[in-house]
This record gives sequence, C-alpha cells and structure tokens, in this order.
Amino acid sequence: MSEKIAPSDDIIILDNIYKAFGPVQAVRGVSLRVKRGEVVVIIGPSGSGKSTLLRCINHLEAIDSGDIWIDGIHLTHRQTDINKVREEIGMVFQLFNLFPNYTVLENIMLAQRVVRKRSKEEARRIAMENLQKVGIPEKAESYPAQLSGGQQQRVAIARALAMNPKIMLFDEPTSALDPEMIKEVLDVMLQLAKEGMTMVVVTHEMGFARAAADRIVFMDNGEKIEETTPEKLFSAPEHDRTRQFLSRILAH
Amino acid sequence: MAQSKVQSAGASSRWRRMVDPKGLWAYAVVIFGILIVLAIYFDPSYRDAFDYIWPGVQMTLFLTVTSFALSLVIGLLAGLARVSSNPILYNIATFYVETIRGVPILVQLLYVTFVIFPLFVDGLTAAGLGFTIRDVEMHTRVIFGLALAYGAFEAEVFRAGIESIDKGQMEAARSLGMSYRQAMRYVILPQAIRTVLPPLGNDFIAMLKDTSLASALAVGEITHLSRQHRNRTFTTFQPLNVAAFLYLAMTLLLTRGVRYLERRMSPNE
Ligand SMILES: Nc1ncnc2c1ncn2[C@@H]1O[C@H](COP(=O)(O)OP(=O)(O)OP(=O)(O)O)[C@@H](O)[C@H]1O
Ligand SMILES: [Mg+2]
Repeated sequence: MSEKIAPSDDIIILDNIYKAFGPVQAVRGVSLRVKRGEVVVIIGPSGSGKSTLLRCINHLEAIDSGDIWIDGIHLTHRQTDINKVREEIGMVFQLFNLFPNYTVLENIMLAQRVVRKRSKEEARRIAMENLQKVGIPEKAESYPAQLSGGQQQRVAIARALAMNPKIMLFDEPTSALDPEMIKEVLDVMLQLAKEGMTMVVVTHEMGFARAAADRIVFMDNGEKIEETTPEKLFSAPEHDRTRQFLSRILAH
Repeated sequence: MAQSKVQSAGASSRWRRMVDPKGLWAYAVVIFGILIVLAIYFDPSYRDAFDYIWPGVQMTLFLTVTSFALSLVIGLLAGLARVSSNPILYNIATFYVETIRGVPILVQLLYVTFVIFPLFVDGLTAAGLGFTIRDVEMHTRVIFGLALAYGAFEAEVFRAGIESIDKGQMEAARSLGMSYRQAMRYVILPQAIRTVLPPLGNDFIAMLKDTSLASALAVGEITHLSRQHRNRTFTTFQPLNVAAFLYLAMTLLLTRGVRYLERRMSPNE
C-alpha cells in the first residue's frame, strides 16, 4: 500500500480499526472520516473504547489492524515518521498533563523549541498569543500547581495550539473539572470550532455537542453503533442502545 | 499531689528543652569524636597512626567521587534501558542488574581487577594499543569495579524514578511531536531527578564506606593504610579508631547534606 493517497477533503480517515489490550477488544472494526474543519463528537458509555479510538488517531496506541490516513499520510505505513504526523495533531487530556516542573510559558514554549525549532523570541510570542486566546495571559509565569483545573486545561489547549496543529483531539477535557470551570473550557473549544479547527472530541457535554458538532458518533462495546447529526440524535436516535444511553446522561 | 505533678512536668520539659532525650546518641558521637581528637593531639601513638593514615583520606575521597560519577553514567544508561521497549537493551540491562546485585561487591572487585580488566586490556594490547595490563594502576581498576557494582543499584534508582512519573507526561510530550528521547530529556528526567536525588545521596555515602574494599587490593586508602599501620607498629586500637573516626566524620557530614537535599526536594516544600 502506498504511503500517500490522493488529497481529499477527508483529513482523517480511519478504516476498519481494531485494537485489543490482551483479551479486551477495545475497538472493533471502526471506520470514520472527518473532513477539514469538521467537529466530530464521540459519545458512549464508560469502557466503550472512545479514548482508545482517539488515541489511535495520533498513534498513542498502535492499532492491531486497519488503516489510518492523516492529511493524506498513511499512519500505519512503516516509513511514516510518526513524530512528524503528531506535530500536526494537538491532543488535550482529561487530566491536563501539564509539565509540573515548567512554568505555563515554558510549557507552551517547550515543544515549539525542540520540535518546531523556533527561536526563543518567536516561541514566546506565539505562546503569549495563545495564552491570550484562552484568556489567561497573566498566568504566564505561574506553575501549573498554582492554577485552577479550568485554567490548567486552558493552558493545555494553548500548548497544543502553539504547535499550529491541523487537528485537535480532546479526550473528556471537562470531566475532571468542577462545574463552575467547565464553561470556561467549553467556551474556548466553541471558539476554536467557530474558527474552523478540525476537532474530534470525546465528551459528555451535550450542550457542546449540540452547539458545535457536525456529527456525533455513538460507540458501545468497541463498536461504532451510530453516526449521525446532533439534530437527528437528540430527536430520533436510530438504535435502542443509543436511546438508552442518551436517556441516562440527559437525565442529569 | 496534683501540684507536684505539674511541677515535675515543668521541670522535665525544661530539661527536655535543653537536651532532647532522643538526641543523646548525637552527644555520644560527638564525645567519641572529641576523645579521638584529643588522643591525636596528646597521645604520640594516636598521632603516629593519624599521620600515617591521613593521606588515605584523599585516596578514599578520590575513589568515592570518581567511582560514583562513573556509576551514575552506567546507572542512568542501564536504567533507561530497563524502561526501554527495545527487548535487546532491556535484556542486557536486566542481566547486568540482576547478576551484579546478587554477587558480593568484593567478589566483583576481584573479578573486574583480575579477570575482566586484564582480558579487556590484553585484547586492546593485541590490537596494537601502546600499554599492557601492568600499566593499569590498581586504583583505576578498583574505580571501574566499584562503578560497575554501584551502577546496578543506580540503574534501579533511575528506573524507579522514571517509573514514578505519571504516564500522562510521556503521552503529552509525545503528542506534541517530541521523540521518545526528547520527551525523556526535557520532560521525564528533570522530574525524576527529584525522586532520585535522596537515594543517590545515600548511595554516595554507602560508596564512601565501600571504598574500604579496595584495601583488599592494596590501594592506599584509609582502611588499607590503617591495616599497614597495624602491621608496622603492632597497635590495633589506634589505627582502627582513627580510621573509624575519619569515616564517621565524613559520613556524618554527608548525611546532613543528604537530609538537606531531601527537605529541599520534597514536593510539599
Ligand atoms: N492501556 C490499557 N490496558 C488494558 N486495557 C485497556 C487499556 N486502555 C483501555 N483498556 C480497556 O479498553 C476498553 C476501552 O477503554 P477506553 O478507555 O477506550 O474506554 P472509554 O470509552 O474511553 O471509557 P471512559 O468513558 O471510561 O473513559 C476498556 O475495557 C478498558 O478497560
Ligand atoms: Mg476514556
């Protein structure tokens, strides 16, 4: 199979992905296409393989079989430089994963310096731009431990954005946050979506899904059960399992 | 009666404020030290022993510092190999760590000095190197022997330090496009240093004491000189007391240094 395919609108192509952890089949034959600028939200019960699927996209998990193309580059090809592909994919984690030994500014500058090889001045300028964008430029010199959860997550988003990624992946970015901080993070994400960033978001924030998602994928037991628009999902979900899941999470 | 209780409590707390009963051992140590110092000043047989052994301090410190520095390099490399996903590196490092840790250091020293070093240098000599094993001084071989022995301990210290860092740190670094090496260097190791420094400090002190094993190979450090002095003068107390005093003085100083590091490195400070 060739390393590149003809450029298309689909910046992410997952084709029949399988991933197991020992005896546990975490992802079973999932295919998914994401167009440039699209926002896709993945929902599903705990353990249904949402995180695993997301982590396959930037190869934090090596897949067992299937094919992945990112912006026309065949990820599963042996000669693909995975670090090069990852430069183009930002990822935001549930637990932020900021580097505790560096200040906010250094967190955002580090990968710019060592991966993008930007000068100190340029890295600092871009870091400050992105801190501005997530609304906490005054925290530049703080350490992560001195920030609230919501601020830390916004720094994590700024850190990813500073690499000028073409795609942003979010794995339950607000589920470790106190309720009053969820909005400040979702607002940043909504803004990103509006600016046309390609986003794949695992979340249970249905308000965000309704407002920003072009499509919603429902997963259960490692499989993609349903892929539909927010309107259809909330008015008339096709599958029983989707209905059950929605009634459970919309109950709160 | 109630009154006398209060009084005695007051008296004992005043007494306690002056002398912590749990700290009496420290006074005993200081008194031992003072006695030895006085003996060295006023007793010619102690003075004699001290003058003879004193140059060994320099050799002991030299062995300690060089062996330890080398063991850090070996330990870091072996520790990295132990957490590596490369099966060859992992197996080599694990073999090294497990075998070394199961053999007494003295046996290892003899092994390195009389087997590995000669084989290695003879090989190089055969390949046209300008010197033979006779030209390699004993203390050089001892340094490599001690470094190899301690490298196995340091490897485990580094491995534990690296593994104590949350998995999410590596993932965050990799997802930003950093290579494994870059992530180790800029993200994981700087954080692991905090966990690793106190045990490394303790190992440094242990190394200081274990340099006494070099006396078995007639390297002129403290223990060897004290034994020579004993053979020379048929005194036993004096050279051993002086040797113990010198070791103790150095280790106590270093222990305080390590405690200080520990306090500074503890995360809640
Ligand atoms: N590193 C791993 N080792 C072993 N099993 C794993 C690992 N990661 C995930 N799994 C298993 O794979 C399955 C899917 O997990 P995954 O984390 O993708 O689910 P999820 O949909 O993200 O769940 P949650 O909503 O709880 O985050 C689960 O059964 C999980 O226990
Ligand atoms: Mg998950």
